[in-house]
Amino acid sequence: MTTVQAVDVLRLLPEIILSAFAILVMVLDPFVKIRKSSLGWLALVGVIGAALGVAGMGMVWTYQALGNSFRDSFVVDPFSLYFISIFLLVAALTILGSLRYLEREKVNYGEYYALILMATVGACFMASSTELIMIFIGLEISSISTYILAGFKRHDAQSNEASLKYFLLGSFATAFFLYGVAFVYGLTGTTNLIAIANQDFPGSLVKDVGGSGVPVNGGLAATSHFLWIAVILMFVGIAFKSSTAPFQIWTPDVYQGAPAPVSALLSTGPKAAAFAIFLRIFLGGMANAGSVTFWVVWASALLTMCLGNLGALFQSNVKRLLGYSSIAHAGYVLVGIAAALRLGEDEGSASVLFYLVAYALMNVGAFVLVAHLAGTGERATSIDDYTGLGYARPGVAAVLSVLLLSLAGLPITAGFFAKFYVFRAAIHAHLIGLTIVAVLNSVVSWYYYLKIVMAMYMREGQTAAATSAVPRPLGAALFVCVVGILFLGLFPNLVLDLANLSARPLP
Amino acid sequence: MDWLSEHSLTVLTFLPLAGVLILAFVSPDSVKRIRWIALIVSLVEFLLTVKLFSAFSLHEPGMQFVEDHPWITSPAIGYHLGVDGLSVLLILLTGFLTPLSILASWTGITSRVKEFHLFLLALETGMIGVFVSLDLFLFFLFWEAMLIPMYFLIGVWGHGRRLYAALKFILYTMAGSALMLVAILYLYNATGTFNLQSISEQLASGQLAFTPKVENLLFWAFFVAFAIKVPLFPLHTWLPDAHTEAPTAGSVILAGVLLKMGTYGMLRFCLPLFPHAAVAYAPIISVIAIIGILYGALVSMVQPDLKRLVAYSSVAHLGFVVLGIFAFNVNGVEGAIYQMCNHGVSTGALFILVGMLYDRRHTRLIRDFGGLSTTVPILGMFFMIVTLSSLGLPMMNGFVGEFLIILGAFRRHAAYGALAAVGVIFAAVYLLWMYQRVFLGEVTNDKNRAIPDCNWREKAMMIAMVLVILWMGIYPQPFLRRMDQTVNQMVEHIGLATTSVTPAATQAAARQAGPKAGVVTEARR
Repeated sequence: MTTVQAVDVLRLLPEIILSAFAILVMVLDPFVKIRKSSLGWLALVGVIGAALGVAGMGMVWTYQALGNSFRDSFVVDPFSLYFISIFLLVAALTILGSLRYLEREKVNYGEYYALILMATVGACFMASSTELIMIFIGLEISSISTYILAGFKRHDAQSNEASLKYFLLGSFATAFFLYGVAFVYGLTGTTNLIAIANQDFPGSLVKDVGGSGVPVNGGLAATSHFLWIAVILMFVGIAFKSSTAPFQIWTPDVYQGAPAPVSALLSTGPKAAAFAIFLRIFLGGMANAGSVTFWVVWASALLTMCLGNLGALFQSNVKRLLGYSSIAHAGYVLVGIAAALRLGEDEGSASVLFYLVAYALMNVGAFVLVAHLAGTGERATSIDDYTGLGYARPGVAAVLSVLLLSLAGLPITAGFFAKFYVFRAAIHAHLIGLTIVAVLNSVVSWYYYLKIVMAMYMREGQTAAATSAVPRPLGAALFVCVVGILFLGLFPNLVLDLANLSARPLP
Repeated sequence: MDWLSEHSLTVLTFLPLAGVLILAFVSPDSVKRIRWIALIVSLVEFLLTVKLFSAFSLHEPGMQFVEDHPWITSPAIGYHLGVDGLSVLLILLTGFLTPLSILASWTGITSRVKEFHLFLLALETGMIGVFVSLDLFLFFLFWEAMLIPMYFLIGVWGHGRRLYAALKFILYTMAGSALMLVAILYLYNATGTFNLQSISEQLASGQLAFTPKVENLLFWAFFVAFAIKVPLFPLHTWLPDAHTEAPTAGSVILAGVLLKMGTYGMLRFCLPLFPHAAVAYAPIISVIAIIGILYGALVSMVQPDLKRLVAYSSVAHLGFVVLGIFAFNVNGVEGAIYQMCNHGVSTGALFILVGMLYDRRHTRLIRDFGGLSTTVPILGMFFMIVTLSSLGLPMMNGFVGEFLIILGAFRRHAAYGALAAVGVIFAAVYLLWMYQRVFLGEVTNDKNRAIPDCNWREKAMMIAMVLVILWMGIYPQPFLRRMDQTVNQMVEHIGLATTSVTPAATQAAARQAGPKAGVVTEARR
């Protein structure tokens, strides 16, 4: 039956609220002449409204009112709600961090907030779709919004360059993804993940009903090659969005050139969404292709961690350094995904889900704070500019230190437990070599995070970073980040329980 | 009061952190008040450690004052604390050295005084936490968290190349602990728990057994982390930099307590959990330890910098400790534990004395001094006593420890004992030669004529340390008795677990438990 029922629409509530507010912000933009930041607050209201929608669905969670809508193309399950919550958190923090930034940079236009909301809508669709075409559309909505956001400082050459680079490479990547989808369609005759989940992939080793390890369907060698091609093509698209190797090259350039609050969004929201579709496709729908996917992920994880950390070692620009560091973090997430693919249990994907929340808190916090410290025109973004900041602005420096140490993985911060859970899952999956590489990488990462801390506290000199007072909205965002980081560092169970509950992507 | 007595270890661990909270509300300008608050907090903490030491039961080989609460449910991480004869001494040592290092920085630290004391007290919480944790995860947490205050102490208040030294310190330790984390996770995966006692029980009951290959790898993953901290010979290169560039308080705590965490970890984890691997690799490790003893001594001899000399002497002294541990007999292990405390007191005192000289002259180069005993006789006397204690003169603490270790090493292999004894002679050479060049002879540098002698604060500190040095040298029983049960059990455990490997040696070691007191009496004469 193709009739749309009320429940179908209700399950789209967060997306509908976000879209409505995005449109409202754009419509109101010409009428709001003086206080553009009120549009930002309006967007924030939209995010909170969507969050209430999620909370409402979370409450009915227990009544099993969740499920598919629009003929299995869209699903509301714990997994998608968890991810939507991450996107909304990122959007809210980014908006709070952008309010004064846009005024300072004189690019205070309403569509900025509308684009953030649209990027979030796209991410939400990515997390909740069970139809490859829908996933692709979500990917495009999110991507196009972020292409524009990256170039939002249109008088700034670097920002333009970032936008162009991101756009050209990103378009290629999404095209690759679509090509992979076409192969999947060729192999299975459908693009619906729920339908795909009920099929065996010829030549794949995972699906063995009898538990004998022998492929149920002997399969043709040629089909198996097509499966490899399909997996790799889709992986290319997702890997680009999540900036994992070997498709991470754009990341530092774009994060450096884009306005810093946009980098905060880029490095967390779309990235988490990319991992969401990764889990949804390869752990959910195409779980039967597990052994193929596993080696692709394993190799990429290894490469991503090493390239990210080695790249970050030699950076003198904080934004660029954070760009490389976010590549490294994507590598740790991939370790968790590799564990999830190997284990076939919830532990691996739960660790990934936990990681993404912790990572969102610390990375958004770091980028929006860097945006503030950079001063008008984002001039002070070099590590040397932070010299002596610890004494000029002790509070700000302390917050930045917490964020950086959490990124490095100091115990009693969220970053530690994030890594800890991923490594635990990896050890459980007997990925010992990969775990050793991962822990050694995290040792290397201490070097560059401490380089910033060192500049702030241990070098003598006058800071070149902005020493003006932290604006209230930014202060609120940082407060949320720091409290969240410490809370997750002391009581990780609350979020981990949620992550465990949400760990199994349908179908 | 019930709550307090049931949670004495929690109070002990977090009292310094409470001090941090108090200090946080004090204005950074009232320097005097900050110093006094920090001192009082650390003194109260010291009294608590003394109380713990005296309340410690002599007849209980297992853990005492145990607290065990669930903390994180998935994975099951417990807030599991307890002390045995090994940790109770190290806790006392920590409690003793912290107020001294605050006193030692009384005039030396003038900038950012508040932050300095915040970090020092936070560090104390970390150190005590490491010694009381019986949950592998909790242990790891304290082990890592403690690095940050130390990193700041070296990096902000250090001398010369402090940034380099601080970074080197933290990266070395992190590299070691990263591998340890993998091993801990592996253990968790095999046992389903981080609880040290239940892992030991599973091992003892045969429920958990490793293949030799896995056991060896796990052993090395833990051992390397601890060997870096000790530091054992080829991994020691962070130490001279960190010790030399750190402020006096930092050096005292580094040498006094942080190095002991390495040897503590070996005794607490490497030996009981992986006895076969420990026994199998003991010859290699003993040889490395002896190389460390001789190398540290030889390098000390040629150091032009006083602090660097003392730093290298730590490499030699800790070599003794590792040698004693891997002798696997009661003499060796008790000597090692005793020597851990001795080294903490003696080297801590040496660093404080070098710090006093530095405060007066702003140099640490031996050639800038000479004939100081005529200008600062009291300081010279203290320096003499501490030097003698460090080189192991009878009647001093160092003698008891080194004697027991050499005895234990002899029982293991005569060559170990003989070579270690050579190390003692070397120690006498570099320490006495250093003393001679700094304090004896004519005053050659005019700047040395007008320097003031010890004031009341410095005298008080040094008298406290000298009394402890003499007490530990003359009447070691109170300390040794507290570790007897624990060490006997440990040695027996290794003997039982590895009977097939060296039955004779371990039985001899077990029999040695009784006559040991006699040995010490001999030592005293």
